[in-house]
Amino acid sequence: MLDIRGLAASIADKPILNGIDLVVPDGEVHAVMGPNGAGKSTLGYVLSGREDYLVTAGTATFGGADLLAMEPEQRAAAGVFLAFQAPVELPGVNNANFLRTALNAIRRAHGEPELDAVQFLKLARAESKRLSMPEDMLKRNVNVGFSGGEKKRNEVLQMAILRPKLAILDETDSGLDIDALKIVADGVNALRGPAFSALVITHHQRLLDYLVPNRVHVLLNGRIVRSGGPDLARDLEKSGYAELIAEAA
Amino acid sequence: MNTGAEGFLERYEGLAGRLPGDSAMRAAAADAFRLAGLPGGTQKRRIEAWKYTSLRPVAEAVFRRDSYPRHEAETILAGLSLLDSPRAVFVDGVFRADVSGGLAGGFARFADQPDFGTLSWPDREPMVALNTMLAADGAAFHVHAGHDGGVVQLVSIMAGESDAHPRHSVRLDAGASLTLVEISAGQGAYLLNTVAELHLAPGARLTHIRLQDEAATAFHVSTTYADIGAGAIYDSFTLTLGGRLSRTEVHAHLTGAGATAHLNAAQLLGGSQHADFTSVVGHTAPGCSSRQTVKTVLAGRSRGVFQGKIAVARDAQKTDGYQMNQALLLSPDAEIDSKPELEIFADDVKCSHGATVGALDAEQLFYLRSRGIPDAEARAILVRAFLAEALDAVANETIRGRLETAVAHWWMRQAA
Amino acid sequence: MAAVTETLDTVQSVTQSGYKWGFETKIEMDFAPKGLNEDIIRLISARKEEPAWMLDWRLKAYAAWLKMEEPDWARVDHPPIDYQDLHYYAAPKKKPGPKSLDEVDPELLKMYEKLGIPLKERAILAGVDPDTVENTQIAVDAVFDSVSVATTFQATLRKAGVIFCPISEAVREHPDLVRQYIGTVVPVADNYFAALNSAVFTDGSFVFIPKGVRCPMELSTYFRINARNTGQFERTLIIAEAGSHVSYLEGCTAPQRDENQLHAAVVELVAMDDARIKYSTVQNWYPGDANGKGGIYNFVTKRGACRGARSQISWTQVETGSAITWKYPSCVLLGEDSVGEFYSVAVTNNHQQADTGTKMIHIGKGSRSTIIAKGISAGQSSNTYRGLVRMLPGATNARNFTQCDSLLIGDRCGAHTVPYIESRNPTAKVEHEATTSKLADDQLFYCRQRGLSEEDAVSLLVNGFCKDVLKQLPMEFAVEAQKLLAVSLEGSVG
Repeated sequence: MLDIRGLAASIADKPILNGIDLVVPDGEVHAVMGPNGAGKSTLGYVLSGREDYLVTAGTATFGGADLLAMEPEQRAAAGVFLAFQAPVELPGVNNANFLRTALNAIRRAHGEPELDAVQFLKLARAESKRLSMPEDMLKRNVNVGFSGGEKKRNEVLQMAILRPKLAILDETDSGLDIDALKIVADGVNALRGPAFSALVITHHQRLLDYLVPNRVHVLLNGRIVRSGGPDLARDLEKSGYAELIAEAA
Repeated sequence: MNTGAEGFLERYEGLAGRLPGDSAMRAAAADAFRLAGLPGGTQKRRIEAWKYTSLRPVAEAVFRRDSYPRHEAETILAGLSLLDSPRAVFVDGVFRADVSGGLAGGFARFADQPDFGTLSWPDREPMVALNTMLAADGAAFHVHAGHDGGVVQLVSIMAGESDAHPRHSVRLDAGASLTLVEISAGQGAYLLNTVAELHLAPGARLTHIRLQDEAATAFHVSTTYADIGAGAIYDSFTLTLGGRLSRTEVHAHLTGAGATAHLNAAQLLGGSQHADFTSVVGHTAPGCSSRQTVKTVLAGRSRGVFQGKIAVARDAQKTDGYQMNQALLLSPDAEIDSKPELEIFADDVKCSHGATVGALDAEQLFYLRSRGIPDAEARAILVRAFLAEALDAVANETIRGRLETAVAHWWMRQAA
Repeated sequence: MAAVTETLDTVQSVTQSGYKWGFETKIEMDFAPKGLNEDIIRLISARKEEPAWMLDWRLKAYAAWLKMEEPDWARVDHPPIDYQDLHYYAAPKKKPGPKSLDEVDPELLKMYEKLGIPLKERAILAGVDPDTVENTQIAVDAVFDSVSVATTFQATLRKAGVIFCPISEAVREHPDLVRQYIGTVVPVADNYFAALNSAVFTDGSFVFIPKGVRCPMELSTYFRINARNTGQFERTLIIAEAGSHVSYLEGCTAPQRDENQLHAAVVELVAMDDARIKYSTVQNWYPGDANGKGGIYNFVTKRGACRGARSQISWTQVETGSAITWKYPSCVLLGEDSVGEFYSVAVTNNHQQADTGTKMIHIGKGSRSTIIAKGISAGQSSNTYRGLVRMLPGATNARNFTQCDSLLIGDRCGAHTVPYIESRNPTAKVEHEATTSKLADDQLFYCRQRGLSEEDAVSLLVNGFCKDVLKQLPMEFAVEAQKLLAVSLEGSVG
């Protein structure tokens, strides 16, 4: 269970998050919506430990452990996965090799045996196929020369292989056509179960048609200003954020 | 009469005490010059900065001291088709009020200017030492805070077979701007050895155009030091067309945060010309950017040199430096030597340079000819296209037009 | 992993035999007094049982050296070297090493462990006298075991007509060949260190590949832990006759304990028509400690002459060691359509200084060269790429492509790029690109978000940065070179 209380964070002395309270129980998918600049991406970065952000107040625990005290890789080992809004290119780093290194680092942290190249490739190929991704994606350098859609699908492939307990999807739907959107949603839905939860950061309701959330939260000026069921997303799609912004002001 | 370094030193001894400005600085410069000598000429040790350019011909030349009839200078001046803007004209290194004009309050003579020697390094640059030791005249421009000094022309005419060491300075106060067009021409076998010191206060903007169209028998050395304050922009373009042996050296120091330097240049060389464009961009403040495009076209038995260093100091984080230098060899007897250099001590930087050397693209040439364009014209078109990227950096259309005309004349001279 | 260790084990035994039977000089416990003069050179020549012409050649080099000055143009800084305070001749086992691994710097041992080097080999690399290593029995077995292997190797090579022997043996056994080629690529007075080497060289290899022969094995394998035998003034000469191919690899991924501070090697390569020489180096000499104390000065002259049409010489180097590296493996492209290549990774950390690059001298029509240089600076180190591409008037349609990339890790180091491009032929084409950047925060974070530790992330990204060079290395060596990069950069982040 992800438990965030009074979380405040700033970047370069500029406050972005101003006291977030949010609980995502195991097995649930929660959506975080909000206009540009509301702090949605910051929330993802702070939870995954990006160093540019300074946590100024509050707590965040995951499965009872203090998330904020961990290094990024320890959070990854604990099961936190961030699907980046803009996946980073790693020139010269082979996708398959990257994923295997990551998977084995996490397995090591859990005291599990590492996978050798053959075992890994078998797994990676199966997952690629399941997600209808071309196999040659594994051979290419991480995100280098990938189209926007390919990058996002590569994030989903990584998620499928690393099998996180908490996936944070930072606008993974942006720039995707409807087929790619379904693939992303299917990828997350396939992981859904009592030990998996997800925080879906999105601008639009579209993704939530395929990836139906248990709860929807609206983030505004670094605070959650409204929470509700899946209907809230549909209402927002119709009415926009203007009303909420006016309310907050 | 002695030639070479001894000749210059002898002259200095003879003038000692009679030259304006700080005499101690002149004496120190003379010591430095005595130690270094003329690069490639009388100097004892190889200087890396002068690896590809030797001033031996300067060391061996005899320069006259007697003056020439004024009408020769006027004929040359008339042939320059200057812009319709204020001009400060120097003949054989001496300011000539009678042919200058339009200069406003911001102009002063060298003797009055306080910036002499504040930026230059006579101990590192032998030719700057020589200038510092012998400089007798020059122009000083000062634009007050927030003012636009417009376009000013700084013209050098060398009519006698003499040597001149003008010393110029520009001071732009905060937010001031100026376009300085420096034109040099002449006739005979002379030496023009200019040093300019440019101070750009925060937010100032200096556009600096140099058109070097010296006589084919002339020696031309020009060294510029620019100190570029926070947010200021130094936009420099040098077109080298003339001279038997020339070197244009620019030291741009980005000393205030967010300053910008553009050091663009084009060199067109033919016959047995030797031309050297050397630049050092010193990033010492954070968040500065520098851009450089230098193109050289070489015909005949000419030799072109490009040396360009981008130096980033430890504190100059977030530096963005880019440099491209390209050379086009039109003749089997021409030679290009290029030394782009990166010296980086800060880690959060983006610096890159590129260099290419080659001939006109045979396929492009064929394509043009197959469309009916005669060979010579097709070559001219491709050379012009090659130069365009450098010339396009000159934003002022009138000035760019003037430079393009000069290029066209150069091309006609080659074809002849 | 297992496969690598196994290879290492095999190689270890083979190299030991090579060392024992093929390369050790017959003179034991032999010292010359400190200092350099004609008598010392005469002594070296006499000990090596050299013919008179070789001695004359050495003396000529010495006379030239006396008139020369140590070069000062490289961006390296060190206290003056007292050339009269060095031993110029000494048998290999000259100094008592550590008696056991307990006496060896634990940092060094930790590094060996990370590189996956077997225990026994670690001891040898650390300079422990093999006779005193606890498990002597194993060593003896290994030696016995490998005699046959070495013999097989030698037999295979001999059958192919390949000569592969110590240079001193070649001077005695193949004097005509040596005399014909030595000093023709790097003249005795080429530079200060080459002249010094020519006067006093004692070790090194000689390789001759006859016409049309493809060397049946990588000559690398012999040299894996040849460390103790690698002399201070090594001299290597490789001749590939028309149509022959050879791949030679020197060095070792393990850092080597070495008492000699100054190394001045000369390597000469000659490739005739259609011949190909691939020369790979992994240099990991002792770099000095974290405070810049100690470490090797590695001043090396390496040059290849592509004399024949369509000949090809390829240099690949991974330079991670030495306190100071001064090295420019070069190609003189004389033959029509000859090809020169230089692939380099140079890593500097702590207080290391490297000034390294290449020279491509294009003389022949249609000659082509490629330069890929990757510099990584960390700590307070200084890393300079210095390269020359020269197109001479005859180099019609010659081509060069150069890519130099520098990566900075931390804000106390320096990365410098100093290319010289000189062209005197309008049909020749030169393209040069250089970039400098830092290890990007977003890339590091991305890797760590996926579970990689910071050190693993750095290692992965640096390996990615160097990929174009590493892929040029022989397979099994590339794996170790990757690990070596990671080890060399340890402690550079955070």
